[in-house]
Amino acid sequence: MPSEPPAPAPLLSARGLHKSFGDNHVLRGVDLDIAPGTVHALIGPSGSGKTTVLRSLNGLESPDAGSLRIADLELDFARPLGRRERAALHRASAMVFQQHHLFPHLTVLGNVTVGPIRVQGRPKAEATADALALLERVGLREKADAYPSSLSGGQQQRVGIVRALALQPSMLLFDEPTSSLDPELVGEVLAVMTELAGEGWTMAVVTHELRFAREVADEVSFFDEGVVVERGAPERVFGDPRHERTKRFLRRLQGPFA
Amino acid sequence: MDWQLVLDSIGPVALGGLTGTIPLTLASFSLGLVIAIGMALARISGIAWLSGLARAYISIIRGTPMLVQLFVIFYGMPQIGITLDPWPSAIIALSLNVGGYAAEIIRAAILSIPRGQWEAAAMIGMSRGQALGRIVLPQAARVSVPPLSNTFISLVKDTSLASVILVTELLRVAQRIAAPSGEFLTIYLVAAAVYWVICLVLAAGQDRLERKLDRYAV
Repeated sequence: MPSEPPAPAPLLSARGLHKSFGDNHVLRGVDLDIAPGTVHALIGPSGSGKTTVLRSLNGLESPDAGSLRIADLELDFARPLGRRERAALHRASAMVFQQHHLFPHLTVLGNVTVGPIRVQGRPKAEATADALALLERVGLREKADAYPSSLSGGQQQRVGIVRALALQPSMLLFDEPTSSLDPELVGEVLAVMTELAGEGWTMAVVTHELRFAREVADEVSFFDEGVVVERGAPERVFGDPRHERTKRFLRRLQGPFA
Repeated sequence: MDWQLVLDSIGPVALGGLTGTIPLTLASFSLGLVIAIGMALARISGIAWLSGLARAYISIIRGTPMLVQLFVIFYGMPQIGITLDPWPSAIIALSLNVGGYAAEIIRAAILSIPRGQWEAAAMIGMSRGQALGRIVLPQAARVSVPPLSNTFISLVKDTSLASVILVTELLRVAQRIAAPSGEFLTIYLVAAAVYWVICLVLAAGQDRLERKLDRYAV
């Protein structure tokens, strides 16, 4: 019998996530595995539950049932998360928001260092040096003392990415990071994300950028009505979708002129 | 108009402003802000009895005349054994009043900060208290500067009510000069002019402060 090499244990593993907002049952049993060093794209129509799953991975949403493991952290959502568990979850993953949610009253440097210094208690000099090095990498070193309002949308989102990186999480979460950007600014953000993927960051990305998903993601999950309908390598899911709902979604997204 | 009388009275009236009106305003505004922040936080605490209490306080303060509040404290309280001098009575009444009005301003300012700011603060690991102190309140403070400046300027004028419980402030000084001379028109116009100058200076200050804060506008 041919023996396959054992797959690496997933860095993130979610099982049976359920979540309701009032009568709206948005997650109906979602499982998700993400291997270390891979990029997982979450795609699907709006309201399909993909963003709720992503937010649950950072404790911004609390599923009503299910379990989650990230690195050494194990959580059971059957009962509400305690303060310490929630803090550990915030520590394990870091989020880049659709509308960046930078702090407008802090400079770029302040946005990046407030977490490491005020929450994680790292020495100010060290956190500042790290932050400046990260800003240098995304080409924003000279904007360290600027306020977010003076930056372009693409620059703001790159600062959002640096803020997440500075927290030194086990993995990065991206919630439609390019959806509110002008088209000509999308590229600079995707370039940074592609670079991070190349460096071996584990990433979960909710996205409508199918080209990005196809080129950068290692695996794709297609969400619809609160469940993962189909998952697999991007070339398989996009090239040979097996479910009618996936086919319909891809057709609609590519549009009548594609 | 008796210009000599204007010249003679403007000094004492302005001094009344300097030693009465202005300290009364500053003390009441500072205390009132502390009350207002507490009440605003109580209102949005999500704890039913606490927010109910704050709501009742705000409703009573805003629904009754300040003059009546002053009378209750200065003339009414002695009947239940609490006798206060004019100054503490005035400061209490005025700061309770500022507290009621500014609480709603601060509450609205806190609620105007987008939910995403709370979420980003949580994402970087902040507790609710840290998020409030480091992220939300500094931004809310900026939003509330213009309406709070208006409250402050109104307060300057409201301190004149303290004259009826015998606090020696601007208007009381003017009354004391006017009564024996009989020159009510001249003296009270002088008093009005001094109030106006104080408010003009404050309005200019408000303008500068707002322009400075505009630098960080979202």
